[in-house]
Amino acid sequence: MSSKYGLLVDYNWCTGCHSCEIACKVELGLAEGQYGIKLFADGPRQLPSGRWEYTYLPVPTSLCNLCEDRVAMGKLPTCVHHCQAACMSFGTVEELAKVAAGKPKSSLFVPC
Amino acid sequence: MMRDELEGVNKSVYKTDWQWQEGEYTVTRTNQWTAPGCHNGCSVLYYTKDGKVEKIEGDPLSPYNQGRLCMRCIDMVEIVNHPERLKYPLRRVGERGGNDWERITWDEAYDEIEKNVRQIQEEFGPECIVSMQGTGRNICWQTPYLSYSAFGSPNFVLGFLSGDACYLPRTTIGHCFMGDFMVADCSQHLERRYQDPEYVLPEYMLIVGNNPLISNGDGFFGHWVVDLMKEGTKLIVIDPSCTWLASKADHWLRVRPGTDAAVIIAMLNVIINEDLYDHDFVENWCYGFDELKERVQEYTPERAAEIAWIDAEDIRAAARAFAKAMPASIQWGLKVDQTVCGIPLAHALLSLGAICGDLDVPGGCMIPRCAYDISDSYGCGLWNVPDEMLQKMLGVETSPLHALGFDPTANGDTVLQAIETGKPYPIKMLFIQSTNPIANMAADAPRVYNAMRSVPFNVVVDAFMTPTAIACADLVLPCAMSCERNSGRVWWWPLRSIVKVSEYHEAKSDEQIILDIGKRLNPRLFPWKDDVELMTWWVQSGNRFHAGWPAKTDQTFPELVEKVIDWPEDWAYRKYEKGLLRDDGQPGFNTNSGKCELYLTLFEAWGFDPLPYYEEPPESPVSTPELSEEYPLVLTTGARTWEYFHSEERQVPRLRESHPDPLTDMHPDTAAALGIVEGDWAWVENMRGKCKQRIRFNPTLHPKVVRSEHGWWFPEREGAEPDIFGVFDSNINNLTVQGVTGPTLYGAPYANQICKVYLVTKENDCSPSEIVTRKGGFQNVK
Ligand code: SF4
Ligand code: SF4
Ligand code: SF4
Repeated sequence: MSSKYGLLVDYNWCTGCHSCEIACKVELGLAEGQYGIKLFADGPRQLPSGRWEYTYLPVPTSLCNLCEDRVAMGKLPTCVHHCQAACMSFGTVEELAKVAAGKPKSSLFVPC
Repeated sequence: MMRDELEGVNKSVYKTDWQWQEGEYTVTRTNQWTAPGCHNGCSVLYYTKDGKVEKIEGDPLSPYNQGRLCMRCIDMVEIVNHPERLKYPLRRVGERGGNDWERITWDEAYDEIEKNVRQIQEEFGPECIVSMQGTGRNICWQTPYLSYSAFGSPNFVLGFLSGDACYLPRTTIGHCFMGDFMVADCSQHLERRYQDPEYVLPEYMLIVGNNPLISNGDGFFGHWVVDLMKEGTKLIVIDPSCTWLASKADHWLRVRPGTDAAVIIAMLNVIINEDLYDHDFVENWCYGFDELKERVQEYTPERAAEIAWIDAEDIRAAARAFAKAMPASIQWGLKVDQTVCGIPLAHALLSLGAICGDLDVPGGCMIPRCAYDISDSYGCGLWNVPDEMLQKMLGVETSPLHALGFDPTANGDTVLQAIETGKPYPIKMLFIQSTNPIANMAADAPRVYNAMRSVPFNVVVDAFMTPTAIACADLVLPCAMSCERNSGRVWWWPLRSIVKVSEYHEAKSDEQIILDIGKRLNPRLFPWKDDVELMTWWVQSGNRFHAGWPAKTDQTFPELVEKVIDWPEDWAYRKYEKGLLRDDGQPGFNTNSGKCELYLTLFEAWGFDPLPYYEEPPESPVSTPELSEEYPLVLTTGARTWEYFHSEERQVPRLRESHPDPLTDMHPDTAAALGIVEGDWAWVENMRGKCKQRIRFNPTLHPKVVRSEHGWWFPEREGAEPDIFGVFDSNINNLTVQGVTGPTLYGAPYANQICKVYLVTKENDCSPSEIVTRKGGFQNVK
């Protein structure tokens, strides 16, 4: 039985460095204005406690093919490979869901 | 969990060889530095075909960056094969500023350089030739060696950097304080990194004067900090803006730009008065504690809080957290240098690390030197300059620190004055290697523009045609990018190979250029057959020094290429206990007293204040209240962006798409009062000049503080004057000042200016580039 694969972003640690975004553009050869994964930001926003919350999250688009060429060669998706905060992982949805259960802030994407 | 660099990497795809074949590609494991610029040097895999770089990846088997890369390195193929790169040597045709060039051969270019250099040497003296470089390019030792050994001039300088305000204040005071420098320990000296049993996780890290995630300054991969945070390291962040790191910090001190020194000295006050310091270390390894204790009494948290616009309790809490942490680490950056009290601020930070017992302990403030003691810096080749010529170095007369070679460079402000006044001697030639001073680095860019144009003969070496080259160059030489060079990276540890895997038209490496010029002018000091021999000399260059540590090496450059990355085995902590730091091999620090000099004996002898102090920025709401009525905002500059290294990469499509315009951060309330909405273009202006940038809201700033980007020019626009790629249009250095420094000549107020901001309208819109290049400057046009 073939499993479905996905991307897990442990966004507690995403620093908004854009490396995933540009790595994907390079890998897929995307034109200006197109993204296979796009970075979004919330904040800096002041919480009622006075602390500032600042959250980044990259979201895969419909162009994401989970780096099929790289994965076929035995490599990791380029976004995962280059993520500066080392906060992205690639795996089967089942494996990733287990990992996500143990993380305070994480998001599991199943782009395709 | 911290990432073990070897764990999980597919070894059938990623190999430990330095080169292998993968289908149609040759894969080479080496390291990337510059060009284009960066302060770091990460491990990469180049995929080449037919002599061209077609792909790049981070090397997952390198313990240094573990496969990770910033967007600039990820986009390297677009940069390296950029159609606008300089391909051939060019000679100016027509007037300076006209952007008209003819292609010449390298031999013709070298002939012209040789002819001019010899003529200047004979008629005026070698000292009339000034060589300069920008920051963060792989020319730290090459340009100096060329200046000292081929031109015979002691005048090597960092662009027109006022107050040597990048790194040098910190290194210089480090040498006076303890004979060395300090760096936050993220295990970067240990090959097994976080897994090494000797390594200890810092409990707290104090981050001051930089956002390391973006800047990667001083050979420090910023995201190492995130690695530590995942394991539990807590942060104290001192920054006028709430960066992502500040938002995750236990303590964020939102200081008024330029007031950090008051805050750090107040932290020392709390730590000393509450008896939170390390008595053993202070007793055994520090000199002048009583004097420091007396001095810090002047800096109560209340006084510092008033100066810095923060809360005294926050200073106390941060001080206690830092002092109680075992170990605590300090990640300091460029902004420490960019105030007139850069030296005393750095002195206070060193004192903080020392009295809390964090110096050179695992996970603390470690004391680095270059692996194998390689001569990697501005002093490379200084031994070839005769004493009497050294005395002519610009800056030596006014600063004992320069005179004694604490920092082996001429002083930028003094060089500018010499060009303008012809005193103490006229400047006849500038050799400008990988720096674009009017776009970035030179304060008061319009003044520097005029000065550079007045020098009779100028050579620019760069990768793209720059505004500086158009304004003042007679010859422009194309330099190779990192993948086209045989070179190396060491600052600090480990030693890394940089190996040539491709070529671009006639571009030559900086190593090859200095070798070619040197062989013509002074072959005795350039005995190497080729760049590979030159690099072997460099790898072994530590052998000429006598310090016992680090051990030297006899390996050759080709051997290094095969190793890719080399971690010497003699890294050690607590080196002061082991006799590794002093030239005489005795325990202690490499100073007169053998201790960390909280009270600086050298400063006392020279008549400078021997203890940390705070000085108000020369222009501020406090020091110039009348001026501040007209210019009510405090302006800080120079915050880094993910996309660009200072003035570089504006012509790179993917990077520019991500960051199309120059941005000024402003509090939304301040903007509302000025009728500005987010995205509007606005003038940022003060007594010296103005520029236009787009407003971005930043609610974390103090409403009276704005933050403007630096380094902007527009390669898509007209290169010829008056537009000159729009280099003065958004140039924040129209507002900064030259020649205002601390008493030691170190430290300049780049990051603590005053300004006003108002909307760009149809009525007031104009071209600052035209004002500078055609109308005599801002003072003539009101
Ligand atoms: S996995 Fe998807 S988002 Fe990530 S780089 Fe590959 S295609 Fe882009
Ligand atoms: S590469 Fe990683 S840290 Fe950077 S923006 Fe993407 S997910 Fe965030
Ligand atoms: S720090 Fe970033 S830009 Fe610099 S070499 Fe490393 S990956 Fe490249």
